[in-house]
Amino acid sequence: MTERENILGRIREALRLSAPHPGTHGGHEPAVAFADRPVHVAQQWLPPGGETFEEQVERFRAASAELKTEFQLFASREEAHASLAKLRDSEGWKKIAAHSGELTDPAAAALGLPVLRSERGYDVNEMETCDAGLTECDALVAQTGTLIVTSRSSGGRAVSVLPPHHVVLARRGQMVRDLAAALALVQRKYAHDYPSMISLVTGPSRTGDIERILVLGAHGPKKLTVLCW
Amino acid sequence: MSASSQARDFSAKARVITRDLRHRGLIQTALKKYEVARGRKASAFNDWQSARQAAAETKWDAINHLDTYLEELVAKLEARGTKVHWASTATQAREIILGIIKSKNARCIIKSKAMTAEEIHLNDAMEKQGYEVVESDLGEYIVQLRHEPPYHIVFPAMHLTRDDISDLFQRELGSAPTREPEELTMIARRALRKKYLAADIGITGANFAIAETGMISITENEGNARLTAALPKTMISLLGIEKVLPKMEDLALFLPMLATAGAGQAITCYNTMYGGPRQPGESDGPEEYHVVLLDNRRTELLADPEQRDALHCIRCGACLNVCPIFRNVGGHTYGTTYSGPIGSVITPHLRGLQDWKHLSASSSLCGACTETCPVKIDLHHHLLHNRRNASVEKPSSLERFAYKMFAFVANRPGLWQFSKEIARLLQPLHPLVKGTALDPAKSWTATRELAPVADESFKEWWRNRR
Repeated sequence: MTERENILGRIREALRLSAPHPGTHGGHEPAVAFADRPVHVAQQWLPPGGETFEEQVERFRAASAELKTEFQLFASREEAHASLAKLRDSEGWKKIAAHSGELTDPAAAALGLPVLRSERGYDVNEMETCDAGLTECDALVAQTGTLIVTSRSSGGRAVSVLPPHHVVLARRGQMVRDLAAALALVQRKYAHDYPSMISLVTGPSRTGDIERILVLGAHGPKKLTVLCW
Repeated sequence: MSASSQARDFSAKARVITRDLRHRGLIQTALKKYEVARGRKASAFNDWQSARQAAAETKWDAINHLDTYLEELVAKLEARGTKVHWASTATQAREIILGIIKSKNARCIIKSKAMTAEEIHLNDAMEKQGYEVVESDLGEYIVQLRHEPPYHIVFPAMHLTRDDISDLFQRELGSAPTREPEELTMIARRALRKKYLAADIGITGANFAIAETGMISITENEGNARLTAALPKTMISLLGIEKVLPKMEDLALFLPMLATAGAGQAITCYNTMYGGPRQPGESDGPEEYHVVLLDNRRTELLADPEQRDALHCIRCGACLNVCPIFRNVGGHTYGTTYSGPIGSVITPHLRGLQDWKHLSASSSLCGACTETCPVKIDLHHHLLHNRRNASVEKPSSLERFAYKMFAFVANRPGLWQFSKEIARLLQPLHPLVKGTALDPAKSWTATRELAPVADESFKEWWRNRR
């Protein structure tokens, strides 16, 4: 018998006795029963995400402010590129890491800096010296101020987490209401072949491990900027 | 009635630490901040209580169909090139992981936070074989440098001040002294970046395992697990078999619940799903991905339907944070991997009822744990269940004798009356021996007052009032 068979055997043996449903006490049914599949129903109990695009932007902005994500909404691509150039100058970027993409390619060209392309098989020590990582994303989540990056849409696993500043380029149409909608989008988009990594990123890297005092940039980026148009 | 050595150790440590005002101050400060943040985030939910019920029922579904969901999870993981290993015991899990490390000729191992790895004492095993193992979560890194186990399942270094940590870094890393948490964090960041770039193997834990899509979900704030999963050539995730969730969409509920209950955040900074090694067309990621599924007596807990819901636990640590016992004795006093109410409930199942039953007795049964639990585990009733099971399994002869004596006296009105008279006569003499070895009520009176025997019983009062 393999360990797999042993463990599954013990589980099946154990499950021959059934356990009471959660919230059941002394024969009384729980006050709120929830027999249906969750999330569709449970969504209504979670923090709200906003119905219209304007409401969603407002939520995303509020969450970003609290998380110290820099979120900017522009009327055009040119404005976003201009803002990116300002970041380059104010932080003195010498080199960035990026991946090829519909949004990243023109932005990287407009920046006029040396670019380490993650898809061409990069040297990790070289990526470590890059001042910023420029990526796209799959969705912006209004409910929590989260963005979704994957190993396929955002240039692999490292470019969005290794450099000290993560800059995300996004389009207005990528805003979704809540986590349930975002995960549904991921499932629709990738169900035939999922990327090996799907990450929900909410704010720059942080820790509270020293006296519960917030410090940004524990291991990942110290800064997170979302430029959306 | 002989106490286990674990019980004696618990009492001895508790006696010292409950009088330690510095420790008390640190815990109170840390947990007060948590309480405020948590209250604020829970109130952002439209209905926190209904969300708890939904989470509890989802976990009920997962645990009560565990065999089906595990098979689905494993089939999906293997289909995309992940190697899945099954371990019935801690020893097997360690051997599997050491085997992988050996086959890769690895030297340096980077680890992100995993309580399951603490449970099987993985670091010790790897270090004994001569491998360099570095914890990358800041709190875990700090306690590793101090050669200590984590103090709390979510906040490993909660018991230390910035000065303690500065002294530690000066001693271990040769850094300059500082009182700035930010500076201390950056010292660790620089030291650990070097380790990341050199590591051959990355080991992580897991918070959830999604059966529907075959993915391991890891929750963190620092980005250390992201790096652990991105840079080394081989990645290993170690998780208990109870981590399964049926569907990906369940995360829309569980990620906010875990963050809110665990740390007072709306959602943690990074919540990442891993579905395999680097896939064709991807630019980086490990060449090999290993998932180790650990039983280690979880199936014994599963076989107890009364306490099966303890396997619903998502390790948020909320029950520790609200527990008056935890807040007084602290995390290290328990002597267990999982401390606080959930630790007191499950440790007897994982490591032996008679050795660990004292943890279930060390409770005020206030129910704060049950009330706060985001997946509605009936924690304080399970403490009672453990007490009952322990005494049914191994009755205490002294207790049985005491109750027999009581029944004998209480069933004879004359004798009962006589014993009351004696008590009234003797009680004025009690202060002479109070709290000393001669005191028959010593275990009570050492820290508390004994209620005086009333001058008049109700029966006497009723008779006299006519």
